[in-house]
Amino acid sequence: MRKTALDCVYKLGKIDERVVFVGSDLGPGVLDKMKTEFPQRFFMEGVSEQYIVGMAAGLAMEGFIPYVNTIATFLTRRCYEQVAVDLCIHDLPVRLIANGGGGVYAPLGPTHLAIEDIAIMRALPNMAVVAPCDADEMNRLMMSTLEWPHPIYIRLGKGGDKIVSDEKNGFELGKAIIMRSGTDGMFVTTGVMTQLALETADLLKKDGVNVGIVHMHTIKPFDSSGVISAIENVKAVVSVEEHIVNGGLGSALLETCSELRPDLLSKIARVGIPDKFATEYGSQNSLLKHWGITSDTLVGAMMKKLGG
Amino acid sequence: MQMDDRSKLLRRYVIDAMRGGGRGHLGSSMSMIEILRVLYDSVLKFDPANPKSLDRDRFVLSKGHGCLALYAILADKGFFPISELESFCRPTSRLGGHPERGKVPGVEASTGALGHGLPIAVGLALAMRLQKRNSRVFVLTGDGEINEGSNWEAGMAAAKHKLSNLTVMMDYNKLQSYGKTSEVLDLEPLVDKWKSFGFVTHEVDGHDVAALEAIFKKLPFSDSAPSAIICHTIKGKGFPFAEGNPEWHHKSGMTETDIQQMYDCL
Repeated sequence: MRKTALDCVYKLGKIDERVVFVGSDLGPGVLDKMKTEFPQRFFMEGVSEQYIVGMAAGLAMEGFIPYVNTIATFLTRRCYEQVAVDLCIHDLPVRLIANGGGGVYAPLGPTHLAIEDIAIMRALPNMAVVAPCDADEMNRLMMSTLEWPHPIYIRLGKGGDKIVSDEKNGFELGKAIIMRSGTDGMFVTTGVMTQLALETADLLKKDGVNVGIVHMHTIKPFDSSGVISAIENVKAVVSVEEHIVNGGLGSALLETCSELRPDLLSKIARVGIPDKFATEYGSQNSLLKHWGITSDTLVGAMMKKLGG
Repeated sequence: MQMDDRSKLLRRYVIDAMRGGGRGHLGSSMSMIEILRVLYDSVLKFDPANPKSLDRDRFVLSKGHGCLALYAILADKGFFPISELESFCRPTSRLGGHPERGKVPGVEASTGALGHGLPIAVGLALAMRLQKRNSRVFVLTGDGEINEGSNWEAGMAAAKHKLSNLTVMMDYNKLQSYGKTSEVLDLEPLVDKWKSFGFVTHEVDGHDVAALEAIFKKLPFSDSAPSAIICHTIKGKGFPFAEGNPEWHHKSGMTETDIQQMYDCL
């Protein structure tokens, strides 16, 4: 997913001279093609996230579209004021490409685990927050970013993930995608959790439970009407996110229903990371299990809401 | 050094705004009057009728709390009516307690949170280079402001990119909010710091108009490095009760007596 995102920066740079790339001491060889073919628009800066966000703002003020890439925690926690002031108050078209959403960096511990990035980015006016479910969708997202006039936070999964998105569904920032319709229940998902929800829906189907999936690749702006129409006629709804339960997708769903359709609130359950920093290492999958984000827990949450 | 009529006039505009808003950063604004005066009278290329003209020089006031001085010179130059100064900090005014891009003609960046101006200015200077424009980029920081590490991140990068079109100026009035910079967080040796970060650095009396004009005429100090000018100034310059007095860093709830006391100094 990350490789696709960066390949897209190169492709965008080829077709649009406004595109610049800003990295913060990334690994060797990153975007070498861009560095070779248009080096003047390739900036590999030091370990200095506060500066690179301000610098990207300055470039955007003069008409450039900077794509800024580093690890998600450093692009959110470290320079939150720069993101808020330099990007969001000025409302500039800077794209933050954030490596390692959720438990991707499991072995590296809680300093590297972006568990609350969606919540804090979502809190900022003018910021869009997007988490594609696979590399193909990442490609569609990236190629649609040139004309969005506001800042965008793009959350990356691990990479090498199964392709579950369908080109026929297209991609429109801020528009939910019904991945699968359901008559009994719906999973409301974002990022690579859409994959887990699809697997879980298959399991449930074997037991005769018909559950669909509405994929919210964009958490902000939140497609209220899209998600409400997807869930209003089922009996149970479970939101699934690789993110702390406070302030993320599930919170956005509850807020939306609270304001527009409070009658739907009682059928919603949330699955996500508990409100604490990780205490284990291991792998992304072992952390997900530790956090209770597995097919088993999704089945349990769905069946409980269905009264099973 | 005695102030001439122009320096007094600009200070009067600042007081007009403080009278309208009943508040303001007096000390921080008065220390930078001559720096902005010389910049806008003799150095910067700009067009008040077309404040977004592409070939303008960019000036970023990083110490956004000194905005009263910026508002005074922008009004003086015709970016907006002088009479508008009295609307300072009122609910629907364009002129807030910190300057905002998009609201105030001539303001390049919304500042107020400290340590943001120089990183943005590096981006602007890189943009000028990429677009092959001759426009120059100037940024004015405070002294307490450069306690913020983001300035030094950006400083290293400005030198790496050899941004000869970038000049950073420091309003070195030696007082920050709590007290003396030498006691809160000593900046010395300040010249050596900027030099070691790759800036060709000069010092100047920040209230000496002729000296300021002379130093700006020497820009760029190098064709392959950014420039830094440390402007030695007096906080609250022109107002004996406020000069060097941290109590006058910011004032709110000002009375007519306070205001008259300030006018009487000019």
